[in-house]
Amino acid sequence: MLVYPAFADSYSVGNTAYLLAWVFMALGLCLLWGYAGMLSFGQTFFFGIGGYGYGVLALNFGGGGMTFVALILALALAALAAVILGYFMIWGRIGGVFFGIVTLSATLVLAFFLGQTAGPEWKIGNARLNGFNGMKGMDPLTLPWFGGSQVYFEGTYLYYLIVALLVIVYLLLRMLVNSRFGNVIVAIREDPQRAELLGYDVRKYQLVTFVIGSVLAGMSGAVYCSWGQFIAPSSIGLPAAAMPIVWVAFSGRSDLTAVLVGAYFILYFFQMITVQSQQAALVLMGAMMLGTVMIAPQGFFVGITRWIGGVLARRKAAQAKG
Amino acid sequence: MAEFLQATGVAKTFGGLSAVAGVDLSVDEGDIHCLIGPNGAGKSTFFKLIVGTYAPSAGTIAFRGENITGMPSSARVRRGMSIKMQTPSVFRELPVRQNIQIALQHHVAKTDLPKEEERLLALMELSADADKLAGTLAHGQQQWLEIGMALALKPKLLLLDEPTAGMSTEETFRTGELIKSLNAEGMTVLVVEHDMAFIRQVATRVTVLHFGKVFARGSIGEIISDPRVAEIYLGKTHAA
Repeated sequence: MLVYPAFADSYSVGNTAYLLAWVFMALGLCLLWGYAGMLSFGQTFFFGIGGYGYGVLALNFGGGGMTFVALILALALAALAAVILGYFMIWGRIGGVFFGIVTLSATLVLAFFLGQTAGPEWKIGNARLNGFNGMKGMDPLTLPWFGGSQVYFEGTYLYYLIVALLVIVYLLLRMLVNSRFGNVIVAIREDPQRAELLGYDVRKYQLVTFVIGSVLAGMSGAVYCSWGQFIAPSSIGLPAAAMPIVWVAFSGRSDLTAVLVGAYFILYFFQMITVQSQQAALVLMGAMMLGTVMIAPQGFFVGITRWIGGVLARRKAAQAKG
Repeated sequence: MAEFLQATGVAKTFGGLSAVAGVDLSVDEGDIHCLIGPNGAGKSTFFKLIVGTYAPSAGTIAFRGENITGMPSSARVRRGMSIKMQTPSVFRELPVRQNIQIALQHHVAKTDLPKEEERLLALMELSADADKLAGTLAHGQQQWLEIGMALALKPKLLLLDEPTAGMSTEETFRTGELIKSLNAEGMTVLVVEHDMAFIRQVATRVTVLHFGKVFARGSIGEIISDPRVAEIYLGKTHAA
């Protein structure tokens, strides 16, 4: 991945950065759904808060090094929204399918609200929200450099930044799920009452997990906004909200590595088909979801990996006998 | 000895049904206190009230001198109680070892975890099955695993709801001996059980519940010789 920009043209590098930007949200949903058993159908709510948060703040801060402050504050906004929404859902004992319904409602309300902000009165400081046309004109992530120059994170630079962030996020999530905390959230997924009766305050663990997953969705939103210098309500509405579910379910929700790889490839193929026909791509997504549920509920990437592992183990055993 | 667990006027209604109707019960520290009674007497509901799975409709529960009536289950457990539920309640999709780890890691240092894990697996005779999924164990083994998870918390008060259900006579006897040895080390035990041989083996005090109320209480000898208890629950075969 590190040498890819040396062989690819600038469009492909930028496009890969765009595809990778969504993977943060997929990893967050994997943690939430696959490990903690909390199926959120509205991770795009936090994607929107992260994206619009970055846009509004970057436009008001005036670019330059302050774009990184905008990024951090956008993530903090996503975390705050997750704390508030999560508190009411988790302490209100909303679980199972209702957790998905409430989170989906949140993202639909946000998309509907942003869609009607076309008028000039809808602005926050220098930032016009622009309704369905989307907010634009914010600076990309920018780093002040020596001699008064600036490094704009676009193209190859943005690609490397996203790859670095993805590696860090993936490793941190791996450490988290292999830690005592990870053990507890898996226990909560399996039997929340038993976990409570082992002395764990289930609600606190669920809230922390929800916040982590949602901040990752916010990171996708902020990085996406920096990449395109644009964000619109269409990235928050119903079709967008369904996508992370398909990526994670198809890849294998119980495995971070499968989601890291699987989500990228699904996004890549989805984009290839969308270029030909958007309708065909949506039908394919639906078919993939149906196929996953009926044929490989644990996910195709996980299923294929296990199948290959089984074949290799049998071959090794046969060779040892022979 | 000091009153260790004190339930005062504890009641629980579900709609129009009164499952527990004003139970006063005290468990002394160091006792193996058995709770018996016919099906539907409210024994398991009473356990769930003690451990906080249900909130009582009336009454108070005090544990080691502290009113715990409004506390969530996790806070009660952290204060030193632990429960084995009526039906095996283990993490079925996780390996046996991970079940034990999850129970242990709350209060055992990381460096001591492997040693304590092996000790508990050996105590529950599950060392050979440590890497199996808990859901694939036989019913009796799942009961032992859950008891092991409850013991992992090193509770001051161990609540066991029908710990020998589904066990063979030999397994039941071994469970009784285990409970007696834990009690000898200072653990107070409150048990719901139907198996009278088991109760004879372990009980220091017995309370009989009937229609959600305390019907009789005393030593095992007093309860067995009580003709009213024989009438509603034990039958004549258990009479002394």
